[in-house]
Amino acid sequence: MMIAAPASVAEIQDAHSQASGAATPLLRVQDLTIAFPAAVGREAEVVSSISYEIGAGEALGVVGESGCGKTMTSLALMGLLPPAAQVDGAIWFDGRDLTKLSARAWRSHRGRDAAMVFQEPMTAMNPVMRVGDQIAEVLVRHEGMSKRDGFSRAVQLLASVHIPSPERRAQDYPHQLSGGMRQRAMIAMALACRPKLLVADEPTTALDVTVQAQILDLMLELQEQHGTAIQFISHNLAVVSEIAHRIMVMYSGRIVEYASVGDLFANPLHPYTQGLIKTLPEMGQPGSDLYTIPGTIGGKRPPGCRFSNRCPLADAGCRQAEPALREVAPRHYVACHKVN
Amino acid sequence: MAALLDVQDLNLRFPIGGGLFRKPLTLHALTDVSFTVEEGETLAIVGESGSGKTTLGYAISGLLTPSSGHIRFGEALSGAVEDRPVQLVFQDPFSALDPRMMVGDIVAEPLRLAGVPNKERQERAETVLGQVGLNAESAQRYPHEFSGGQRQRIAIARALIADPKLIVADEPLSALDVSIQSQVLNLLNKIKRERSISYLFISHDLGVVHHLADRVIVLYLGRIMEIASREHLFATPSHPYTQALMRSVPRIGRGRRQPGQSLKGEIPTPLAPPPGCVFHTRCPKAQDVCREAVPVLEPAPGRPGQMSACHFKD
Repeated sequence: MMIAAPASVAEIQDAHSQASGAATPLLRVQDLTIAFPAAVGREAEVVSSISYEIGAGEALGVVGESGCGKTMTSLALMGLLPPAAQVDGAIWFDGRDLTKLSARAWRSHRGRDAAMVFQEPMTAMNPVMRVGDQIAEVLVRHEGMSKRDGFSRAVQLLASVHIPSPERRAQDYPHQLSGGMRQRAMIAMALACRPKLLVADEPTTALDVTVQAQILDLMLELQEQHGTAIQFISHNLAVVSEIAHRIMVMYSGRIVEYASVGDLFANPLHPYTQGLIKTLPEMGQPGSDLYTIPGTIGGKRPPGCRFSNRCPLADAGCRQAEPALREVAPRHYVACHKVN
Repeated sequence: MAALLDVQDLNLRFPIGGGLFRKPLTLHALTDVSFTVEEGETLAIVGESGSGKTTLGYAISGLLTPSSGHIRFGEALSGAVEDRPVQLVFQDPFSALDPRMMVGDIVAEPLRLAGVPNKERQERAETVLGQVGLNAESAQRYPHEFSGGQRQRIAIARALIADPKLIVADEPLSALDVSIQSQVLNLLNKIKRERSISYLFISHDLGVVHHLADRVIVLYLGRIMEIASREHLFATPSHPYTQALMRSVPRIGRGRRQPGQSLKGEIPTPLAPPPGCVFHTRCPKAQDVCREAVPVLEPAPGRPGQMSACHFKD
């Protein structure tokens, strides 16, 4: 009963083609690999040669379970990877390759060209700085505003994310705000310099459903007002389906499927995507046994396809060669030997 | 079916702060909560953080003492804390298991407290580990050697070993990955079929609740807003808060959201719950009467089994 009929597939596709346009994409990630010096029992490569694009004003959803590499991919866009990380490949953003940036250039990129919203705003904000001052800091740094002007702009920004009595809230410390309000303040901070790309890593996971709905509404509203592109990361397929134009499903450091929201849910092709959708409680009859993806996440990667040890379709071929991501229908990409 | 658990007019208040010149505040965690759980029934408690779900689970498990009201278990059970046929499964399987105890000892601990001899304890621990899908060797290992889903199985095994009549499960799935959630959900279903056990299932995930629950209580600021069978609650939610919760849940296949339908505001502090109906500050239907009179939990029009506490219930 929780599922509405997928009648709006065509609409979603329309919206997508309008949003992405035909010009050069805002962001083009090419063969991005992120590796760490191997620790015992750990995979050294957390992201393996992934490529994708985000058009100006487009919302891309990134879905996957723990350890699939979705957070590392986002941190790479912001230059926030741990120092030990070895990055290969290119991240083209607005005509330049971010992997080549100096520390100084990163600092001017972060907050101005691209900004990030984290899962837990309490740990992402400075606990001993007033909310208004934190937002003003971004404006002082990037726009050269005076502290005073920055603060009054911060109040306007808090109002624009629908925080009641913004003048008073700007004087508050983060712990004085509720979880939902902190996340609104984070979004206000992220959007302070009108970035072209907003990276949101599980921004609603720590929130209650009614507050989650408010934050999703807010992100859509701001995106439509300012035409901000969004990379929205979540483990929750339903949340992503309501905010994204396109979805990228990741498993064990690889993109396994990449398609428009309409195509992905109407015609999921990768066995992992199919499993993720079938496993949702709202897909089963009440009280019946749900579909389960066998096995567990993590552990040693099998040879060949990384999903082969959990895949119901896997055969000897799958355990030998890793499948490449290929376009099997217009703008519908999948990495599976078993898909024609 | 006989009532296994009968909760009547349960109130739980915590004094907060206070000092030499300051009057202590009172946190109203639960107010006038009454319900029953039948044998073999799964009763789900849903609500947002701060609604009192966890407090209610703790009160029923005997971890918190009610300020007033009764918690009675079926006949032949005294209701004394140590006799309670209740076990708990917690949300976070990483903090719920003692990292320095072997899994076998963790699982057998309820039996040790009951004075069961060591040999029998070990045998029963291995049996129950098998029932939750772990092999007998797991008993000789430590919690850190297991994944989140496996740890939650261990926690469930510990809850099962003393043959409880009721398991209070407090968000047992929310710390798990999507593909692991369905495995644990199936396990809970299997246990229910095999043992005719009752669950008090605390969750904020309406999808999971729809799948598992027989009846559902909707809690808001420590009060029951609505209590109904799963079918009625999901098909014809009566209380405006239940309706808002249902609308808030994201769904696959709807396309992009239509903004503007979400509930305004956030849950108020339980230190100063609003007068009248506690939901009136966020309710789209609120009138003057809602700000003054506390609505009684009464059957929804034409649906005697569906109780709703609203002056303007559907």
